Amino acid sequence: MSTLMVLVIVIAIAAAGYFIGRQRAVSKEGGNVKPHSLPHYHGWWVFLASALPAILFIAVWAAGTGVYLERSAIAELPPRTADTVIASQSLELGMVSGIARGLDRLSDAERANLPQTFAELQPLLANKGVALATEGQDYMIPIATEWNRNTAWASRIGGIVAIVLALAGAVFGLSGVHVRARARNNVERVILGALIAASAIAILTTIGIILSMLFQTITFFQSVSPSTFFFGTVWDPRFAAAGSGGSQGQFGLIPLLAGTLYIAFVAMLFAVPVGLFAAIYMAEYASRSVRSVVKPLLEVLAGIPTIVYGFFALVTVGPFLRDLSAALSGGYAFIQAQSVLTAGIVMGVMLIPFVSSLSDDIITAVPGSLRDGSLGLGSTKSETIRRVVLPAALPGIVGALLLTASRAIGETMIVVLAAGVAANLNINPFEAMTTITVKIVNQLTGDLEFNSPQTLVAFALGLTLFFITLAMNIFALYIVRKYREQYE
Amino acid sequence: MTDIALNPAAPASARPARRDIGLKRRYAAERRFKLYGITAIAIGLFFLVALMYSVFSNGYTAFWQTEVNLAINLDPKIIDPDNKRATDPNVLLTANYPILARNALAEKLGVPATNKPAMRELGKLFSEGVRGQLRDLVVANPSLIGTTQSVWVLTGADIDSAFKGQIDLTVDQTRRKVSDQQVEWMNKLKGERAMSQRFNTGLFTYGASSRPETSGLGVALIGSLYMMLIVLCLSLPIGVAASIYLEEYAKKNRLTDIIEVNINNLAAVPSIVFGLLGLAVFINFFHMPRSASLVGGMVLTLMTLPTIIIATRAALRAVPPSIRAAALGVGASKTQMVFHHVLPLAAPGILTGTIIGLAHALGETAPLLLIGMVAFVANSPVTPLDPSTALPVQIYMWANEAERAFVERTSGAIIVLLIFLAVMNITAIILRRRFERRW
Repeated sequence: MSTLMVLVIVIAIAAAGYFIGRQRAVSKEGGNVKPHSLPHYHGWWVFLASALPAILFIAVWAAGTGVYLERSAIAELPPRTADTVIASQSLELGMVSGIARGLDRLSDAERANLPQTFAELQPLLANKGVALATEGQDYMIPIATEWNRNTAWASRIGGIVAIVLALAGAVFGLSGVHVRARARNNVERVILGALIAASAIAILTTIGIILSMLFQTITFFQSVSPSTFFFGTVWDPRFAAAGSGGSQGQFGLIPLLAGTLYIAFVAMLFAVPVGLFAAIYMAEYASRSVRSVVKPLLEVLAGIPTIVYGFFALVTVGPFLRDLSAALSGGYAFIQAQSVLTAGIVMGVMLIPFVSSLSDDIITAVPGSLRDGSLGLGSTKSETIRRVVLPAALPGIVGALLLTASRAIGETMIVVLAAGVAANLNINPFEAMTTITVKIVNQLTGDLEFNSPQTLVAFALGLTLFFITLAMNIFALYIVRKYREQYE
Repeated sequence: MTDIALNPAAPASARPARRDIGLKRRYAAERRFKLYGITAIAIGLFFLVALMYSVFSNGYTAFWQTEVNLAINLDPKIIDPDNKRATDPNVLLTANYPILARNALAEKLGVPATNKPAMRELGKLFSEGVRGQLRDLVVANPSLIGTTQSVWVLTGADIDSAFKGQIDLTVDQTRRKVSDQQVEWMNKLKGERAMSQRFNTGLFTYGASSRPETSGLGVALIGSLYMMLIVLCLSLPIGVAASIYLEEYAKKNRLTDIIEVNINNLAAVPSIVFGLLGLAVFINFFHMPRSASLVGGMVLTLMTLPTIIIATRAALRAVPPSIRAAALGVGASKTQMVFHHVLPLAAPGILTGTIIGLAHALGETAPLLLIGMVAFVANSPVTPLDPSTALPVQIYMWANEAERAFVERTSGAIIVLLIFLAVMNITAIILRRRFERRW
């Protein structure tokens, strides 16, 4: 019995419960007693009482039996010895589950005379669309058949229990239908529970991010010491293909961190003056009609996906800067097409709307009385802005710039396409450098053994990135919030 | 006679000289300051225009593809030399179809079949994709064998570029990918109207391919569509439920404060971190399939959730308290008040926020790279569990290809993506204009 079918049956029972419950509530109305809840609340309460426990059970049962069956399959695997062909137990288990999945697709006739050697089985399963690794072993086949049989048993038992639960829930709900029953309160309590669960997802995401990266990072630090990671100046991870064991590489964070900060710095150097002056002009000088045209146009820049900026850098800005430098120096292109400058400028363009719209909000939030006071004393508009408005808005603007900088540090696609992949440590903005995000992408695309330091380092990099941006965000949000309160 | 002979110099009525407050200088500074602002805006707009120009000038040609019209004789001697097609269906699948196209072309251009080098040159004129095209034609209708069919066949990517004028034909032929002979043929066919540009439907239907002319966005469009549906189905209910709780039910305490700070932070977490989360949790822990749009959709959901929550809370906050008071006053319960009165009034704002969040998710690339959506997927995915790519990821993969024709395709794909985004954002703006209520 498939899970989906059980689910459909449970929902059907619950839906029937809804209609019967509502009908019962209607039939009990009409006496002298005023009913507590509307009939459909009774119906919904029966529905929930029937469906919720059953569905929860299905979920728990599926997860639980999955883990249990995997355990028992591992227990049946022959003990690992020095000459085991397959590199790790998880790989072995993966093959068994692959075979099991393939066996599931065979017809009954084919299953009746199942080949006992892997070599014969492999082409059979490949025909069914299940590609298996070539190192499969004969002993895996009985384990896989056993696994399938147990899975079938477990889902049959689980399905029956779930349906019984649904029926019991429906009977319980229906038995409680009477005129003064507080069905509405019950339903509303369930709704409130669902609302709380939904907002818990936000917390769970953060916990998930931290825990998942932390575990992988700890595993990584077991093979590479934290001090060589955080203070190493050489990045040379030496790729190892899956299963080949792999040699140790060097994982120095410093060149990546330097590249990240350098590119973000160049981007901010470009974006801050442009964005800030644009914001000042729009908040203080522009007429309403100019503002209504220019502001959305600049915000279009924020809506363009970063991959488009990356492509723009790759095919337009990079070659343009290279040719420009060649023309200036008379032949030798001292700016490389992939360079800190290219990535920085294009990222700066991306950041302009962030700086300008955040600062625009903050500048307009400065009370008009401050401006009037300054203008009344005879200062010009620009003097008012420079001496009064900007100092008053400064904490907010700093917060906005911090938020923008954290975005620059976490930006991926522009640097992947425009900054280059060589982990250099230099101060020449015309040469290629690489960033943390580029290396995360590099380390995790392609078929790599998952538990090697080469892949795990990506999580250590991710965790570093997460904490850097987290610190900046918290600080920035704190400043912005505090500042906003000041004038409210 | 006193000296009323006035001293004209005595400044009795003359005004005192104005104190110099540097007005001229200050007004100049004022003008300069204003100019800086205008320059800044001009720089921003310049880059917007440059970016759009770069994409559109490179990409608009991608929507047309050069094709050549051939009268192809579906010769049974070539398709099925041993005459076994009635018994062995593989014959029709593996037949040498490009030869048929080459012969048809040779006949059209009057090239003798004995001229081997010329025939080889000729073979590069059309795309290898002709194999699949003719195969599908014959397999769908085997009775066509032996007849002559007029078919529009894709030209090779280099010929396509040359036809569109993207290859400089003045340089020596050894230094470009199209030979003089091929150009001559091309012009001849063009003169006969047998070669022309036709609308490139393949761009929207083909999957991944190593040849530019037969690669398309088909798989990516389906993958993106699935992901958007998943994001919509998950993030809208969860986001709205979370905002309702935080805005209407939650008491101001430590926990809700933490949730609030947390959501604001999540909105600013780099998107690539969500990719790492998806890889570690969904793929390695829950053993979900790699490259599947289901996982992509779930990762994007987590990424979009904060945006939707923030927008929804703003929309809920904009509903005036009088509505709530009135609903409670006539005897509604709190849940009824929220779901029957506040939520419908906040719906336009929620919808606007959701569409903007979706648009953001549609353009996101980095997290998808980490969960393996950078796969070479040639067949259209059927369910969200099948491997697929996404529109921005396809752009990334094409951007890494070196050939000129792929630059054109990449820009074309970007145009498609930008059009989707523009439609979504404009819908959001219209919704806001149309339904937004000021209280």
